[in-house]
Amino acid sequence: MEVDGGRILKVSSGAQSIPRHSRKHKAFYQFTQQSLPACKPVLTPAWVITTFLLMGVIFIPIGLITLHASENVVEIVDRYDTECVPEAFRSNKVAYIKDNSIPKNCSRYLKVYKHMKAPINIYYQLDNYFQNHRRYVKSKNDRQLLHGLGYNDTGSCKPEESNNGLPIVPCGLIAWSLFNDTYTLIRGRSELKVNRKNIAWKSDRDHKFGKSVYPFNFQNGTLMGGGKLHPRIPLSDQEDLIVWMRTAALPSFRKLYGRIEEDLNADDVVVVNVTNNYNTYSFGGKKKLILSTTGWLGGKNNFLGLACTSVGSSSIFISIVFLLLHMKNPRIL
Amino acid sequence: MTSNRPLLIPSPRTPSTHDLPTLPVFPDSAKPSSAMDSENPQPTLNSSSSRRSISSVQSKPSMRYGSRGADSEGAASQKEMNDEDVRIIHINDLAHTNERFEFSGNSIRTTKYSVITFLPRNLFEQFHRVAYLYFLVIAVLNQLPQLAVFGRGVSILPLAFVLLVTAVKDAYEDYRRHRSDRIENNRLASVFVNNQFQLKKWKDVQVGEIIKIEANEGIPCDMVLLSTSDPTGVAYVQTINLDGESNLKTRYAKQETLSKLPEKDRITGMIKCEKPNRNIYGFQAFMEIDGKRLSLGPSNIVLRGCELKNTHWALGVAVYAGRETKVMLNSSGAPSKRSRLETRMNHEIIMLSLFLVVLCSVVSLCAAVWLRRENDNLDDILFYRKKDYSEGEVKDYKYYGWALEIVFTFLMSIIVFQIMIPISLYISMELVRVGQAYFMIRDSQMYDEASNARFQCRALNINEDLGQIKYVFSDKTGTLTENKMEFQCASIWGVDYNGGRGSLEKDQLVHNVQIDGIVLRPKMNVKADPDLLRLLRSEKDTNEGKHVHEFFLALAACNTIVPLVTDSSDPNVRLIDYQGESPDEQALVYAAAAYGFMLIERTSGHITIDIQGERQRFSVLGLHEFDSDRKRMSVILGCPDKTVKVFVKGADTTMFSVTDRRLNLNIIRATEAHIHAYSSLGLRTLVVGMRELTASEFEQWHSSFEAASTALIGRAALLRKVAGNIENNLIILGASGIEDKLQLGVPEAIDSLRTAGVQVWVLTGDKQETAISIGYSSKLLTRRMTQILINSSSKESCRRNLEDAILMSKKLTTVSGNEHSTRGSSGDGITSLALIIDGTSLVYILDSELEEKLFELANRCSVVLCCRVAPLQKAGIVALVKKRTADMTLAIGDGANDVSMIQMADVGVGISGQEGRQAVMASDFAMGQFRFLVPLLLVHGHWNYQRMGYMILYNFYRNAVFVLILFWYVLFTCFTLTTAITEWSSMLYSIIYTALPTIVVGVLDKDLSRMTLLSYPQLYGAGHRQECYNTKLFWVTMVDTLWQSVAVFFIPLLAYWGSTIDTSSIGDLWTLSVVILVNIHLAMDIIRWSWITHAAIWGSIIATWICVIVIDAIPSLVGYWAIFDVMKTGPFWLCLLAIIIAALTPRFCVKFLCQYYSPSDVQIAREAEKFGNLRVSSPVQIEMNPIMELPRR
Repeated sequence: MEVDGGRILKVSSGAQSIPRHSRKHKAFYQFTQQSLPACKPVLTPAWVITTFLLMGVIFIPIGLITLHASENVVEIVDRYDTECVPEAFRSNKVAYIKDNSIPKNCSRYLKVYKHMKAPINIYYQLDNYFQNHRRYVKSKNDRQLLHGLGYNDTGSCKPEESNNGLPIVPCGLIAWSLFNDTYTLIRGRSELKVNRKNIAWKSDRDHKFGKSVYPFNFQNGTLMGGGKLHPRIPLSDQEDLIVWMRTAALPSFRKLYGRIEEDLNADDVVVVNVTNNYNTYSFGGKKKLILSTTGWLGGKNNFLGLACTSVGSSSIFISIVFLLLHMKNPRIL
Repeated sequence: MTSNRPLLIPSPRTPSTHDLPTLPVFPDSAKPSSAMDSENPQPTLNSSSSRRSISSVQSKPSMRYGSRGADSEGAASQKEMNDEDVRIIHINDLAHTNERFEFSGNSIRTTKYSVITFLPRNLFEQFHRVAYLYFLVIAVLNQLPQLAVFGRGVSILPLAFVLLVTAVKDAYEDYRRHRSDRIENNRLASVFVNNQFQLKKWKDVQVGEIIKIEANEGIPCDMVLLSTSDPTGVAYVQTINLDGESNLKTRYAKQETLSKLPEKDRITGMIKCEKPNRNIYGFQAFMEIDGKRLSLGPSNIVLRGCELKNTHWALGVAVYAGRETKVMLNSSGAPSKRSRLETRMNHEIIMLSLFLVVLCSVVSLCAAVWLRRENDNLDDILFYRKKDYSEGEVKDYKYYGWALEIVFTFLMSIIVFQIMIPISLYISMELVRVGQAYFMIRDSQMYDEASNARFQCRALNINEDLGQIKYVFSDKTGTLTENKMEFQCASIWGVDYNGGRGSLEKDQLVHNVQIDGIVLRPKMNVKADPDLLRLLRSEKDTNEGKHVHEFFLALAACNTIVPLVTDSSDPNVRLIDYQGESPDEQALVYAAAAYGFMLIERTSGHITIDIQGERQRFSVLGLHEFDSDRKRMSVILGCPDKTVKVFVKGADTTMFSVTDRRLNLNIIRATEAHIHAYSSLGLRTLVVGMRELTASEFEQWHSSFEAASTALIGRAALLRKVAGNIENNLIILGASGIEDKLQLGVPEAIDSLRTAGVQVWVLTGDKQETAISIGYSSKLLTRRMTQILINSSSKESCRRNLEDAILMSKKLTTVSGNEHSTRGSSGDGITSLALIIDGTSLVYILDSELEEKLFELANRCSVVLCCRVAPLQKAGIVALVKKRTADMTLAIGDGANDVSMIQMADVGVGISGQEGRQAVMASDFAMGQFRFLVPLLLVHGHWNYQRMGYMILYNFYRNAVFVLILFWYVLFTCFTLTTAITEWSSMLYSIIYTALPTIVVGVLDKDLSRMTLLSYPQLYGAGHRQECYNTKLFWVTMVDTLWQSVAVFFIPLLAYWGSTIDTSSIGDLWTLSVVILVNIHLAMDIIRWSWITHAAIWGSIIATWICVIVIDAIPSLVGYWAIFDVMKTGPFWLCLLAIIIAALTPRFCVKFLCQYYSPSDVQIAREAEKFGNLRVSSPVQIEMNPIMELPRR
């Protein structure tokens, strides 16, 4: 009786017993009785198999397109950190790099294997370099970068905080360790024009680095880090610094150095004159120079294409397995 | 009744006396507890009854449940008044009374906090929780400069949020209490000051003052009555706020103070009374006035919280005020219990903390190895640079040596990975329970129209336990039955008159009385036996007629009923409403009225009874109230013909022992037979006897009665002795049969519960026959059951009986087991067993090694009936089961005698019925009807369990997946605990990004519809088998979590390896993908999608997106504008898509395969629900797991 009573009550409550005051009232009643209209999906084989099939159909083309886009990117990678150390110093690279009296020039020859369409990005890549080290990422001061000496609380910049009582502008380890290898690119006999403007984010230039903040006492300390900055140029125009200070997420990263705004033809030879100043030798970091065309994918990246294709194909595989299982071993629903 | 019945009745048929399952029963005793202990001044009773203190059972773990008599006797004498624990009140002499400032004023404070103490006290209470302390410690750790992982503000945010939410909730509740206190304190009372009555605020009333109460006014404090508007000093009070009983109670002013009016003659005197205590049914004091010493009892005091009714005014002296009043002393909250699921959850939380320690150890170990390897060139590494040169002298910066670095790294990783222990889970669980409680309260199927009572959730933390109940312990009267008594039949002088049963005769005249042209009529009509009516009218002078006359006179007089005359719609007709504390007495008085013995008026010394149209005035010379030892009450009447008679009514067991067996042996035998027949029909029986007193007997009694009732020491025992002396050598007049109707839907409810695999035990104070017949009518017992009866009076015979029964049950179960396997059907067994055991046997079994045997036996039986059990034995039985099994127990009852059992069980349910509110006050859930237990357990319990189980697992998963992502990243940051995900996002993750959907799902999701759950009670087994939360599920979830975190972390890692991506951009990608992932994961498991669920899931994804955008639009933060830049690139979107699919595919496959190839009952029912019942109704029944299971130890 109880069970039946419940059923009767339920049926009737929907229809008559609740006077139809208004739709709102009814909806509230349904809400309190937890009987709001609801959709109750149940995993049926047909539904599941179709879903997987559909995923496969979507993901395989996406993966192929991505792979194709990645293939279209022409990328020349040249690791120069070892090669640019003269044979004599190879056994003690740290001493070499720390010795300012030795000229650090070095020439690299890059062969273009395929036509490269402008704009061609020049990157430098550092491996095994932890720009995400906790000590490192914290060692900067965003407000000083924007306000210069107007903001004096630079405690976070330690251990590169002040020099002779004045805060270093820009302070902190990140700025101090600015990458300072330079590249000159020569094709044939003429120097390739490298555009080094607009390599940093516009948002950073406009809102994070001050237009009237000058690095007047940068890199004057006891211990020299990386690059120096021109003291007459405001931070907002020091794009190398801005690029450097957007710290990389992973220990192997690239940073934009500049752009070549003309095409490179297949079999062109580009001579790169490198000044090999930056010390990655003390922790075994690698340095690479990269010329790469651009595309929607960013750079050469086969992983995403492969990932998508494999997700797609495994979906199709699963759907086939389920289909077979279902045909061989059905269960009545 | 202990008797010579055969121990076992192995025949599958029941005793032949039970022709048909009949209406329920209730012979005497324990149950009319309101009658037996409510007006009882005896401490004996109080110490044995559970009413005494709400926490008595729990506070005394060593209490022996089995022995009740011995304890209480000992306690009795101790409770008499000693000089140290009295308070002395000088009437109307405030200075003298309060000179030692020991009595509290009358202002009350139920609030926990004041404005000043709120913050410290509330925080103190909140930090009682271990989880909160954990987060406090972490927040404090984070404030140390060496360990500052997060910004100061950010690190406190989650804890502050949780504390704030709870504090606001507490503050609001407290404010409401404060407001009601203020209203209460500022009510006005008329107090006698400076020789006149003045209005005074309640809070200013002091002990010793004389207060005047008008009709329908509330009583400001506990006061001793001095005089009332009634010339006999009677005052009526309604005690509904105190104990929930709606009938009026009578209170008396002492004759000696009646005539005194404070305006005229100054009242001086002294009251010596007990120290304040919480027993609302007891009061002992004496008053010295005019050199006389008067004893005062509970009937001389009116309590705060009551209202004066039907009395124009009453004067009283305040004796207890403010927080010392009995009502305030009794207002304690429900005891807090902890749900089974939460206890189990804590095991898994320990696992998680171990896991956390492992993660932190890995990080600190790796960091140590790295530091060790690079030890020599730390200063040359551009991104480390150990030394600080800026301050002149060169020193290490934030490098404290190898060993300390390890410690710091470890502590920092605990800070970073803190949400591995889900803080938000605690608060979400509370919110979810509030939501679930809301729906239980609003459920129209658990709404009792008769009493206009909604379901009440008094304990907010055991909702999910309702889904796992394995044992239900039920009281009988008021729980299974309605406790609305109806007089059915009588056996008078050996003749059975039961013609009143059956339909009401059309021509039957409703008996009424005319006074001054106004017709008086009882409010309720009772069907009368025509033979008996005729006998009463015609044969007044025969022997038979005389006995019948005496019988009804006894029914009308031997009680404590107060007749109240109320107006009716017809101006010439007044209705007489019999108000009393015992429903049995009410039924008897109504019956007497129907036969022409109408009780019209009761004053303190007299009653007026209209006998067959003739008004007669009897003086009540003495009244011995009901108590549970004598199990009878008596009244000594001075009749108009100058004879003095004692009328006694009580339970058959105690009545027959005080009868005069020499006389009328035949009649006694006949009456006994009738009583047996009545109780087999399920009627409650009372035996009525009388004796005429000689003058000397009366004198003797009178003097000892006077002495006893003014005695100060051992008054209760003395009175009992006096009663025992007078109540003997009685002539048995007859017996009455009162029907206690079964509540609506009880058999069906019991049937449903049994199908659901819940064992129903009935514990009752009734006789065995009554209990068995109720068992049949409520379908608890069926004819196919074999009954095992255990009535033993010694420990040895108990042991023998139990051993025999176990042996026999083994034989039976093996036989029936074979039948089972061959016939392959489950359901209620073919030869299932029913165990019926009585309280006397339980005395020997409880608290001895026999408990083990009883438990073993009880588990082989499908029904257990315990009869004649005392309140503490009820708790003892619950404890017996609770100790020996991991299964959940539920106790349901309505009376004060069920309180101990309700508190002992894992879940206590109170029925808000006829008897007082003690059961409700002690319960975790309260409802109007027994049958609501079915929707409560099968529907709400099932839902709540499923929801809560899922929610806990999901919360573990949700936080662990996030922590693992942080952990993987740390491995790529030189083990230095950098987080790519911004600190704001990691704090908001469990507060905003993912909190709402789990709460919504926890409150609203339903795996099956109410209809399905009710039609297939077997589905309740999911909770018994712990299908929604178990260790295996936990580990499966954790493996899944591991995979999902790998997918979320490594897809972007590999896609962006060696690219220009910056920390903030990839952090945003990880944030968004993990939030979308966990929400879609939840979405995948949602069973019913209503618009609210849609809004919650998609809404929180959108909210997350907005939050990330807002965070990245703040220039001072690291990730300024990162999200906009990264959203413009293709790989971002590809990664997002690939992550979701790759992470969820394994789970989806496993889920599908499980559901498809090894479906649970719930899954099958769900499919049946979706695709129509017809096709699947048969598979459902076949595939159901068997409900009979061996109990888990």
